[in-house]
Amino acid sequence: MPKAYMNPYLAGILLGIVLFLAFFITGTGLGASGGLNRMLVFFQNLAVPEHINQVPYLLKMAGGSLNPLDSWIVYLTVGTILGGLLSGLWGKRVKIETNKGPRIGNKTRWMMAFLGGILMGYGARLARGCTSGQALSGGAVLSVGSWAFMFAVFAGAYAFAYFLRRFWN
Amino acid sequence: MTSFPLPLGELFGHYGSYVVYLLVGLAFGATLETAGFGNSKKLAAQFYFKDLTVFKVMFTAIIVAGTLIFLSSALGLLDYNLVWVPPTYLWPGIVGGLIMGVGFIVGGFCPGTSLVAMATGKIDGVFFVLGVLSGIFLFGETVSNFDIFFESSYMGRFTLPELLGLDYGTVMLAVVVMALLMFWGAEKVESAVGGETAQKAPRWAVPASAALVALAAVNLAVGQPDNTDRWKMIEAEQAALLDGREVQISPAELLSLINDSQIKAVLLDVRDERYFNQFHIHGARRLPQEQVVDATRELMFEPANTVFVTMGNDETAATETWKMLKAESLPNVYILEGGVNNWLRTYGEDWFVQEHFLRNRENDQPAFRFDAALGSRQSAAEPNPHAFEIEFEPKVKLELKRAPTSGGCG
Repeated sequence: MPKAYMNPYLAGILLGIVLFLAFFITGTGLGASGGLNRMLVFFQNLAVPEHINQVPYLLKMAGGSLNPLDSWIVYLTVGTILGGLLSGLWGKRVKIETNKGPRIGNKTRWMMAFLGGILMGYGARLARGCTSGQALSGGAVLSVGSWAFMFAVFAGAYAFAYFLRRFWN
Repeated sequence: MTSFPLPLGELFGHYGSYVVYLLVGLAFGATLETAGFGNSKKLAAQFYFKDLTVFKVMFTAIIVAGTLIFLSSALGLLDYNLVWVPPTYLWPGIVGGLIMGVGFIVGGFCPGTSLVAMATGKIDGVFFVLGVLSGIFLFGETVSNFDIFFESSYMGRFTLPELLGLDYGTVMLAVVVMALLMFWGAEKVESAVGGETAQKAPRWAVPASAALVALAAVNLAVGQPDNTDRWKMIEAEQAALLDGREVQISPAELLSLINDSQIKAVLLDVRDERYFNQFHIHGARRLPQEQVVDATRELMFEPANTVFVTMGNDETAATETWKMLKAESLPNVYILEGGVNNWLRTYGEDWFVQEHFLRNRENDQPAFRFDAALGSRQSAAEPNPHAFEIEFEPKVKLELKRAPTSGGCG
C-alpha cells in the first residue's frame, strides 16, 4: 500500500527550507532543465562535435576543452532523480504505471506527454529557466522577470485547460 | 564578512563542490516526490481547480525561502549580493512562460517534476522527459533565427523592491500576507469544486502562518544592510589591507594589466566630469560616487578574470569608491597608486610634466594643467608598454570569484 502524499503546506515548508539552504550554502538556488540541457549537449558533442562548433548557443557549453557535464546544475539534476527515487521507495510509490485521465488510452497519454515535454523544453530554454529555476528560485529572491514568468506559466496553462479537459477529466 | 554563501570551490575543490549540489538535488527530488509531484494527474488537477497542491506547495516554498533568505541577509549571515537572482529578460521570459504553461497542461509535468515521475516508474514521465530533451534540442538548433528577441528586454539583476521603490522587508512581508490570503481562498475553492477529494488545511496552519508573518516583520524591522553597514562588517580586515598598501597598484602594474590578454582590466575613474574630459586613461569609464552601488549590479556580471581599478586625481576619492565596491562584495578591486596624477607623472611626456605641473594644489585635485579637453586622445592615455620598462612588485592576486554568474537553470 503506497503511503499518502505529504500535506501540501508541510511539503511547501520543506521545499522552502531546501530552497533556502540551496541559496544559503551555494548561492544558486534550484533548477532542472539546465541539467538536462547539458546532458543532451554532452551526447550531441559525442555524436556530432563539428555541429557544436557551428552553433553559438551550444558552443557556450561544449566545444574545445569545455566539458558540458562540468557544471553544478548537472549534479543537482542527478541528485533530483535519485532523491525522487529514494523518496518513492520509502513511500512505496515506485510503480511502473501511466497516470492519465479516465477517457484516454495509454498511447494518447504518452503522445501528449511527449508533445507537452517538447513545449516545456523549448519554453524553458527561451525563458532561461523552468518552474524550478525561474519561478521557484527567482520568485523567492524577488526577481521581477521570475514573477512575470510565473504568472505567464499559470496564464498559459489555465487558458488551455478548458480545451484539454477531455484528456484529464 | 558574511560567511554565506560558502565559497564551495575553495572549501571542497572544483569537483568536491559538486557533491554539495548532489545532496541539494537529493533533498529537492525527495521533497517533490513526497508532495505528489510525480503524479501528472495531481499536477493537472491544479488547472481544473480540483486540487490546488501545485499552487500551495510552490507559494509556501517561495514565502518560506524568501523570508529566511532576507532575514539571514538582514542579520548579516548571508550576502544577498552573492546570491543568484535570475536576470530579467522580460519578454523572452513571458513568451517562454506561456509556451511552458501550455506544455504543462498538455504534458502534465514541468521539467523538475517529470524527473521525479521518471524515477518512480511513471511511463508518462519518461515520455515527457524525452519530449523535454527534444524541445531543448530544437531550441538549440533554432535560437539563432531569433537571437535578437532572445537577448531583448534585458534588465539585468532587477528585483520587485527596485521596481516598486520599496525596501525588501516591506515587499517580502506583503508577498507573505498575499500568499496567505490566497491560501485561504484556495481552501474555499477546493472545498467548493473538489468535493470529497479536497484535503482540509492542517490544524497548525494558523500558528504557522502567524510565525511566518512574525519572521517577515522582524526582517522588516531589522532592515537589509546598506552599503555603510556592509562596509562596517568588513572594515577590520579591509582597513588593514589599505594601511598595508596591499591594494594600491602602481601605474606600471596597471599598464601591464591593461596589456595582459589574460586579464580584463576595468578602469573606474571617479573624478569630476571636467577632469575626466581633459584626460583619462584609454578605456576608462567614469563612475561618480552616487552611482557606485547601482553599477555593482552589472559589474558583478563581468567575467572571473576581471580586475577593477579605481582612480581619482590622488587617492582619497578613489579609496572611498574602493570601499563601497568592496562592501558590495565585488571581487578583485584595486586602487591606482597616486591616482591619475601619478599616472601622468609616470607616462606623461617630459615637457608636459615639467611645464604643466601645478605647484599649489589641494589634495585630490589635478596636479597638471590641460589646455584642452582631449580625453584619451593623447599619448599618456595609451602608453606603449614596450617604451617603458619599469620594475614593479605585483600586488594583484586574482581571487576565486564568489559572485554568482549562473544559477537557476544554469
